[in-house]
Amino acid sequence: MNFFTEIGRFVIFMRLVLKRPQKWNVFWKTTFREMYHIGIDSLIVVILIATFTGAVTTIQTANQLLTPSDMFPNQLIPKFVIGAIVSTSSLLELSPTITCLVLAGKIGANIASEIGNQKISEQIDAYEVMGINSASFVALPKIIAGIVMIPTLIIVAYFLLMYGAVIATKFISVLTYDDLIEGARMTFNPLYLRIMLIKGFIFAFIITSLSSFEGFYTEGGALDVGESGTRAVTRICVFILFFDLVIAQVFLGL
Amino acid sequence: MIKVEGLYKSFHDRLILENIDVNFYKGKPNLVIGASGSGKSVLIKCLVGLLEPEKGSIFYDDRNFMSMDYEKKQIIRREIGMLFQNNALFDSLTVQENIEFPLKMFSNLKPEERIDRVNDCLAKVNLQNSNHKFPAEISGGMKKRVGIARAIALEIKYLFCDEPNSGLDPLTSRVIDDLILQLTTDMGITTIINSHDMKTVLDIGENIIFIHQGKKWWQGSKADIPEARKSNPELNSFFRASF
Repeated sequence: MNFFTEIGRFVIFMRLVLKRPQKWNVFWKTTFREMYHIGIDSLIVVILIATFTGAVTTIQTANQLLTPSDMFPNQLIPKFVIGAIVSTSSLLELSPTITCLVLAGKIGANIASEIGNQKISEQIDAYEVMGINSASFVALPKIIAGIVMIPTLIIVAYFLLMYGAVIATKFISVLTYDDLIEGARMTFNPLYLRIMLIKGFIFAFIITSLSSFEGFYTEGGALDVGESGTRAVTRICVFILFFDLVIAQVFLGL
Repeated sequence: MIKVEGLYKSFHDRLILENIDVNFYKGKPNLVIGASGSGKSVLIKCLVGLLEPEKGSIFYDDRNFMSMDYEKKQIIRREIGMLFQNNALFDSLTVQENIEFPLKMFSNLKPEERIDRVNDCLAKVNLQNSNHKFPAEISGGMKKRVGIARAIALEIKYLFCDEPNSGLDPLTSRVIDDLILQLTTDMGITTIINSHDMKTVLDIGENIIFIHQGKKWWQGSKADIPEARKSNPELNSFFRASF
């Protein structure tokens, strides 16, 4: 199936999804349950990845900038620059992009296989025959829950990245806590925070809508459900990276 | 009554249904029979709108289903109950929650009234005391009964059963057939059963449609079958192979 056909199918799917829910109390109940699955169930993996990435980024940046080399035998770079680099790259790239690439694997595969299983066991058809807009019923609560919870996880990830950086200062002698925080404060720009949140909302939509779409159009058996999950994760990663580039160019391109 | 006129459906240039003209009558079981791959399931899926036919008309009591937009079709579908071949029970919900689901979505009943209705439906299918079991914890025959109970939870006018006896032993099949017959006559609904179980056909078939190579090959009642077999070699060979 060619690229434009897939785009067309996705647009038709989203037109069905973005319809008024049939019963608001059922919709909100489902949405809150999905918020729990997407947000709380992903917290451990976000804590682990953000904390370790923050620590590793700090150690490696310090190593590259503060180690005297043959070319620059006398290090002239102030130490707070490391804090500035770690903080800025955490805001702009590590917390939104790395977190969402990880969540693509966890949440994306989960949503695609859940909806795919419902599809092959005719549960989606059962909704439809009952007179329920099945696309909206299964996908809209997940998309809304993702748009609320994934940016929240990204904010949590940012603080954990900085916490990881603080932990790293305990292990390396060349950088102190004060250097790190000074650098982070000096270069903080509200635009970076806005970019982080914009990325969060866009990536959340990509993760939840693409995985729902892949699951909804699953045909066949158990193997096809697995394939849908894999395809969803691959496509989500490609789109996240593509939109990461677009957002960077739009907001920060010189 | 459901009336079908000149229905055509194909997949990738392969014609599955060709010029189907048929009436399904109210208050009696209408059986669609035919070999595997003859187009029975495709016909049922076209009737409920899960597949879009290329040509033709479907009338639900004189309401043209094919000319309706998605929202209007959804309203007609609320008058439809369907028993799926694999039951299509929501596996994360209990028996009670499965049957309660359409009531939650489309009725304004209070929770206690919904539970009463669920228990009524379970009583109709002779399945009491299983309210809190999950689909994975009950037998195939019980799943079929839950599927029927869920299909009749709302005040339906049309009941579709896709292979209601598949995977069941002969005794349970008989029970399910009797149940569908009883519900059809008691509720006065239009029931369409897609089956290749000849026992079902000979037990409850009052309006039988034989589909062969995507065409309506023969239509009659169970009483007409012996005579029809003499003049219709395809129907005869289908029956002979089935026993």
